[in-house]
Amino acid sequence: MDSARRNFVAASGKLLLLTPVAAAALDWVLAGEPEKAPGYALDDHWWAFTIDIARCIGCGSCVRACKTENHVPLEPYYFRTWVERYRVKGADEEHPQVDSPDGAYNGFPVLPAAPDEKSFFVPKLCNHCAHSPCVQVCPVGATFESPDGVVLVDKSYCLGCRYCVQACPYGCRYIHPETMTADKCTLCYHRITRGLTTACAENCPSGARRLADLKDPKDPIHAFLRENAIQVLKPQMATGSKCYYKDLDGAVR
Amino acid sequence: MKEGLGHASHLFRMAGLFVVGLVLFLVVRSLLVPADFGKYGHFRAGALADNREKPVVYAGRQACTDCHDEAVTRKAAGAHAGIGCETCHGALAAHADDPAAGKPQRPDPRVTCLVCHERNAGKPSWFKVIVVEEHAPSGPCADCHAPHSPAVG
Ligand code: HEC
Ligand code: HEC
Ligand code: HEC
Ligand code: HEC
Repeated sequence: MDSARRNFVAASGKLLLLTPVAAAALDWVLAGEPEKAPGYALDDHWWAFTIDIARCIGCGSCVRACKTENHVPLEPYYFRTWVERYRVKGADEEHPQVDSPDGAYNGFPVLPAAPDEKSFFVPKLCNHCAHSPCVQVCPVGATFESPDGVVLVDKSYCLGCRYCVQACPYGCRYIHPETMTADKCTLCYHRITRGLTTACAENCPSGARRLADLKDPKDPIHAFLRENAIQVLKPQMATGSKCYYKDLDGAVR
Repeated sequence: MKEGLGHASHLFRMAGLFVVGLVLFLVVRSLLVPADFGKYGHFRAGALADNREKPVVYAGRQACTDCHDEAVTRKAAGAHAGIGCETCHGALAAHADDPAAGKPQRPDPRVTCLVCHERNAGKPSWFKVIVVEEHAPSGPCADCHAPHSPAVG
């Protein structure tokens, strides 16, 4: 983005959307010193995400909201978040049938219920790993784990070499067809630093998806982790994933 | 002695070249690498700000409470209490900021509901679903269910 356009967007965005206090905070952010902003302190947060499999109804509201909020092109079908449907026949845990047409942007095609089948939805997004393989392979420091625990991309630094796209074990990255730079879930960094939740969690009707802050002692995530059976995706890869699934079936990979 | 130095002079030339090269590298590096690179880690600190500066598109359910008391209280009392307003109404940050800019369209009171409530493989058993051809083959669901508080009767 050229700087005139960026300034315009910043100025108008500020006037349109922010209270004076938040606007003052943004000045610090834009000055490259977000830790000095009165409303948001980098050191006070360690962001994470929780997903309650049994609550997900597969409506796809999160997928639509994410594309709208983050201007992810509708087609080709790239996603920052998507939902998969798993169907497991009888005892065949090793061969689940998985579908996710258009990432569930339009929900799921109606399938007849099969009596010998177990089926459930699995929302997926960037796991905001604490030891991200994608960050480790970046040759130029264009992607990084922020001090508050979010894996972000520096668009102005990214070469578009695609190493990170291949390195992510969860398939959460793609090359944006317009900028030709790596793109991914930012955990709605522009929202969570303004006190809002992510667009996907805001639009989840059943509380299946929740933003969580591990540094906030009052965050319900602590009870969530303590009281439930929790799993992260591909724990054997030691990515330090901070996307915590409740009641995740072993068939999910 | 002179002979000895003479033999070593190519080493001094090398050392000189090395120093020139090093200075050149440092100058070029300081020009190319932004000042804030490395402040928090191996990245440009300003990238944090870049990721923050985007405008918000979904105002969030809290925003609607300022102006739509009736819908808000209605919804809070019913089974749809947990659903954000914009999940059915679409992104409305522009509207919440300036309602005069245009009246939001009302969601289709049939299409909207089926996105969630049609029976399908994968839906958890606690969630109430219908088979639409049996339950209401045509017409708006809102004829019988108030969208903001859907229980009948
Ligand atoms: C600053 C006050 C304000 C806020 C905040 C606000 N609205 Fe409104 N809204 C209005 C006004 C005023 C109208 C009537 C506009 C008109 O008639 O042209 C309206 C109209 C609407 C309508 C159309 C009503 C109809 O009769 O068809 C919908 C739907 C709506 N708002 C939803 C929302 C949602 C959802 C939010 C939260 C994201 C929201 N509004 C936030 C003031 C507000
Ligand atoms: C489950 C989906 C759903 C949710 C959630 C929802 N709405 Fe609605 N809303 C509708 C539908 C559908 C209509 C149109 C009803 C019709 O045309 O008969 C509507 C109509 C409206 C209207 C105009 C008519 C009226 O009944 O007042 C307003 C204003 C409104 N909604 C605001 C809100 C606000 C504010 C919230 C959040 C507190 C909200 N809605 C949440 C589905 C929803
Ligand atoms: C985004 C998903 C979503 C949409 C859209 C939606 N609902 Fe719901 N609806 C839910 C959820 C979630 C519940 C159950 C909440 C619970 O039980 O915790 C629910 C509950 C209900 C119930 C059960 C009420 C009760 O008292 O048990 C009815 C009836 C209903 N919805 C009708 C509708 C109608 C009619 C519409 C369209 C205007 C609609 N829903 C749109 C998610 C949705
Ligand atoms: C003619 C009136 C009428 C229309 C139209 C109608 N419903 Fe219902 N609906 C009812 C009644 C009455 C009940 C509660 C009795 C029952 O459980 O069958 C109900 C129950 C429901 C339930 C809860 C089912 C459960 O298992 O408890 C859902 C979900 C629902 N309706 C969704 C819809 C949707 C979506 C539409 C539009 C496609 C719709 N309804 C249209 C009358 C209607």
